[in-house]
Amino acid sequence: MSDFLAAFFSGAAGAMGLGGGTVLILYLTACAGYSQPAAQGVNLLFFLACSAVSLFLHGRGGYIRWKSAALCILAGLPAVWIGYQLSVLLGPERLRDGFAIFLLLLGLQQLFGRAGNER
Amino acid sequence: MLKKGAALLSGAAAGVLNGFFGAGGGLVAVPALEKGGLSVKEAHATALALTACLSVVSVLFYLGGGRFSLGEAAGFLPGGILGAATGALLFRRLPARLLRRAMGVFMIWFALRTLLR
Repeated sequence: MSDFLAAFFSGAAGAMGLGGGTVLILYLTACAGYSQPAAQGVNLLFFLACSAVSLFLHGRGGYIRWKSAALCILAGLPAVWIGYQLSVLLGPERLRDGFAIFLLLLGLQQLFGRAGNER
Repeated sequence: MLKKGAALLSGAAAGVLNGFFGAGGGLVAVPALEKGGLSVKEAHATALALTACLSVVSVLFYLGGGRFSLGEAAGFLPGGILGAATGALLFRRLPARLLRRAMGVFMIWFALRTLLR
């Protein structure tokens, strides 16, 4: 039941642009006993499933700017490999600390920053 | 359209984050796309398309590296999809600013708990 609730709130937070991926990774590492790399892998697949519906709706609405997306993807795909290799080099413990620092910065940004739709 | 250099740079940054943390690519891409002249909605939708593509590749790396199995993820998908649909429906009815602040406090608390353990 707690797995279902964690997934539900992660999916809802993700759909609202609140960083849903971080919620699931936190739950998996802090409560469900997953290692940091395993939690990240689960979250990636989880994100793909949850984003499929949104992507379909956004695509139909004509909001995706494919030319901009294509340029970003072109540079992003090889960079994924670099990021992945760095995470392997770092090891699970340091990766977890790195994620915590990333989360701290993200939390400060959420707390004190402004979203685009708040302007 | 986003300038070529900015697009390549933000795409690369999103890719590194996606492969490294398995999350967070959109955080770099959305502001960059907004700065490039896209509307908030266009920036979010375009960043979603980008991160979905990057995540497909990341999943393959993570699976290939034996970091997780499909079975470990499967149990979370029904709740996640239901939550995503609910979140999308409630998005306009909930106080966005308050939710962001609450999420920020939650993130900072967990980050400090991990770093100080």
